[in-house]
Amino acid sequence: MEHKNWNGFKSGAWKEEINVRDFIQLNYTEYKGEGDFLSGATERTNALMDKLNALFKLERQYGGVLDIDTATVSSLTSYSPGYIDEKNEIIVGLQTNRPLKRGVNPFGGMRMVRQACEAYGYKLSEKIEEEFRYRTTHNDGVFRAYTDEMRLARKSHVITGLPDAYGRGRIIGDYRRVALYGIDRLIEEKKKDKKALEGKDFDAENIRIGEEVSRQILFLGYMKEMAEMYGYDISEPAKNAREAIQWTYFAYLAAIKEQNGAAMSLGRVSTFFDIYIERDIKNGVLDETSAQEIIDDFVMKLRMARHLRTPEYNELFGGDPMWITEAVGGMGEDGRTLVTKSSFRILNTLYTLGSSPEPNLTVLWSNSLPEGFKKFCAKVSVDTDSIQYENDDVMRDIYGDDYAIACCVSAMKVGKQMQFFGARCNLAKLLLIAINGGYDTTSGIHIGPQMSVLDCEKLDYDEVMERIDIYLSWLCKLYVNTMNIIHYMHDKYAYEKSQMALHDTDVDRFMAFGIAGLSVVADSLSAIKFASVKPIKDENGYITEFNTEGDFPKFGNDDDRVDLIAKEMTHKMITELRKTPTYRNAIHTLSVLTITSNVMYGKNTAATPDGREAGAAFAPGANPMHNREEKGALASLNSVAKLSYDDCRDGISNTFSITPDTLGKTDEERAENLVAILDGYFLKRAHHININVLNRETLIEAYNDPEAYPNLTIRVSGYAVNFHKLSKEQQREVISRTFHEAI
Amino acid sequence: MSFIKGKINSIQTLGTLDGPGIRFIAFLQGCNLRCGCCHNPETWESSGGEEITAEALVQNALKYREYFGSKGGITLSGGEPLMQAEFVKEVFSLCKQKGINTCLDTSGSIINDAVLEALEFTDFVLLDIKYTTDELYREYAGCGIEKPLKFLKILEERKIPYRIRQVIIPTLNDNEENIKALNDLTKNLEFLEKIELLPFKKLCKSKYEDLKIPFRFENISEPDKNIMKQLEERLAR
Repeated sequence: MEHKNWNGFKSGAWKEEINVRDFIQLNYTEYKGEGDFLSGATERTNALMDKLNALFKLERQYGGVLDIDTATVSSLTSYSPGYIDEKNEIIVGLQTNRPLKRGVNPFGGMRMVRQACEAYGYKLSEKIEEEFRYRTTHNDGVFRAYTDEMRLARKSHVITGLPDAYGRGRIIGDYRRVALYGIDRLIEEKKKDKKALEGKDFDAENIRIGEEVSRQILFLGYMKEMAEMYGYDISEPAKNAREAIQWTYFAYLAAIKEQNGAAMSLGRVSTFFDIYIERDIKNGVLDETSAQEIIDDFVMKLRMARHLRTPEYNELFGGDPMWITEAVGGMGEDGRTLVTKSSFRILNTLYTLGSSPEPNLTVLWSNSLPEGFKKFCAKVSVDTDSIQYENDDVMRDIYGDDYAIACCVSAMKVGKQMQFFGARCNLAKLLLIAINGGYDTTSGIHIGPQMSVLDCEKLDYDEVMERIDIYLSWLCKLYVNTMNIIHYMHDKYAYEKSQMALHDTDVDRFMAFGIAGLSVVADSLSAIKFASVKPIKDENGYITEFNTEGDFPKFGNDDDRVDLIAKEMTHKMITELRKTPTYRNAIHTLSVLTITSNVMYGKNTAATPDGREAGAAFAPGANPMHNREEKGALASLNSVAKLSYDDCRDGISNTFSITPDTLGKTDEERAENLVAILDGYFLKRAHHININVLNRETLIEAYNDPEAYPNLTIRVSGYAVNFHKLSKEQQREVISRTFHEAI
Repeated sequence: MSFIKGKINSIQTLGTLDGPGIRFIAFLQGCNLRCGCCHNPETWESSGGEEITAEALVQNALKYREYFGSKGGITLSGGEPLMQAEFVKEVFSLCKQKGINTCLDTSGSIINDAVLEALEFTDFVLLDIKYTTDELYREYAGCGIEKPLKFLKILEERKIPYRIRQVIIPTLNDNEENIKALNDLTKNLEFLEKIELLPFKKLCKSKYEDLKIPFRFENISEPDKNIMKQLEERLAR
């Protein structure tokens, strides 16, 4: 097939089939230089950004939510077009009819929407209440099917954060397809897929696929209508860079109008955009300044994306994040780098527009990345604390070279794989439930196999491990089955029509489970093994405290004695999970990631044998417990690097804070040293790292005087936040973290 | 030979200020000096510390070689590492076999055959020139100025690149005469990479309290940032 808007592009399989990767591989231009070609912000950009900053300020003053449309159910065409400053915008489209106004999305569940409105002083309109009286939401469906045990697991917080009351998210539509092919071609291909079902046995799965594809086609049509409302016809392929970015943005906008998933990630767009930018520059219709300007405008739109959340949700995922994750850089399977000038341009928005947590800029790091790009990334990290890094050399072997990251650390092939998000279980609590024979002392709930409380003077490692095996096996089965219900119901009542329309019809699915409290468990087991842990019982005969005497190796000091316990726990967990079949034959995966929920998990967990007090926060993700690292930063990194990506395919998150003075004397040295640290860490096959280069004092000042630090951005756990948007409790936890510091 | 043991006080796996690039630093136990501004008083006594073979220390450092890049490597600091010159030599020679860059952080106050042998395997030296007068050296460091100056000469003769470091202590050496003297001392030195002036810091005060050792500079304040800047600007190189 040919199209006049493809003039100048090299032909290949991508013309005959939907294949964005093939298009990229045949047409992109590597860039191996440094960042000196970049342009700054134009006057227009600055003026628009000023308006936006004023709106952000107003939003802060209104307690975090500027406005809610309580009378309209969010969907692709339910709002009239919205603008910041219509005549000065290069890329257009807002989620609702006004900037930062939040829509309501009750398909995941009504309770969340009601509560969220009330939390900010609004009331959900009677009209929507009435409409949804006759509808089943995802949340309704899940709770109809949940067993008593599943409810207890939720209530006792041994499994928490499950997406059973709102959109599940973590699905990345291949938004680039709309730009490359136009909507009409995509509809045509989906119609072929529907047709291909003819003659098949219509079992439940094929019936479901048939219905899903029909709904996808319907929503591709809505996407076109939505764009028409803004004066654009996206039925045909984009003909220049501005259209490519606009078309892609419309597709993403459709997704966030339709879905309020926890993580609504963008994918891997910058190198794709670069092809169009290069073509326009070659044709003499675009220069560097204008190229940056389009990207700036696009990123401004992303920074305005919002969902309406409840305070309880914010306790888990603090800072109002959307996880608009954009994967930047990486290497191609043929050895060429996928770094282009637009990889620089998108990172450059942290300068042209100022630092910001969104989009969640994620550099796919490879040892083979061009030096100029490595140094530029490191410089941006030192200056802005706004990027995270993930190991391309590890992921490329598994996902090829056109994968992206959903949320924080979840890799998937764009448009070919999706995941069923499953939050996490509290492994530290499980340890306590196991030694108490099926009783959670914090919630007072009996759960799991009922056995005697371990009765001993001193906890015995083998005996405790035996108990853990029993309870882990019970929990994993329950966890998989709970997830099966959630995702069955989400597909049934809140299916992602727009996003799945931008996937192949025959899609691979992951089911992503998670662990919280890994370092607490590793240190606790190490204490039991190498020191003396005396359990102390309360008046009812349950173990609620521990008397730990003697020293023991602690995770974070590059000591195999404990590091391998942590590694073994993740291996046990994924092995157990795999024993229970998943909905739609999804592949079981596991993450060690907490977002900011490490605070809440800790709050709901009694004292642990490692000496952690009842209610004290866990370390985030796979981090060692705060301030237990005695051998310096690299030992800490090495400990985390030992966790196996093969066991934890959904990602292993590490958040690393270092003071500027410790990283080096001059900016040049700091960037150089950071490159060396990243190279080393990833050569060790580690998976992910957030980099913060800052002083604890700055955070303390921002804690005391938030108004003085409106834009202070820090990486927390797989994403970045405006520090002031975290709860005071979350802020205190961030301040108490280890800051690697030279004395 | 690789069973030669040394005594180390502690390990810091990430150092960026003690030698080129990323450094794995071992702080050796024992020191022949008693500098008033010392921030590691816990390393003074030779009786403490943990025994380790050169082989084991190098094995430990090798766990971090991926981070060293093209410049980084191991730094032996202290204490005074040259109190255990045989051990330094052994560690550094094993490092050289493994292709790891070696850096020695020393006061330059010990010179003997073992030290000269250790220098054979040393890629880079951080040399303290604590003061520019013999009087201050004897009063506040516990040795004369002639040894460090001789050490400087040895480094030049052996063509070992080095950095000179001096802690700026208000009332003692925070003055222009000192910088002038330092400039005179370092004139025409070929292998001097740069001179680093470090501000005196009192963060270590609690260490002295814990060890029940009097902190001689208790009443001296930390130098003002502007003074540091002024002095740095006066450096000839």
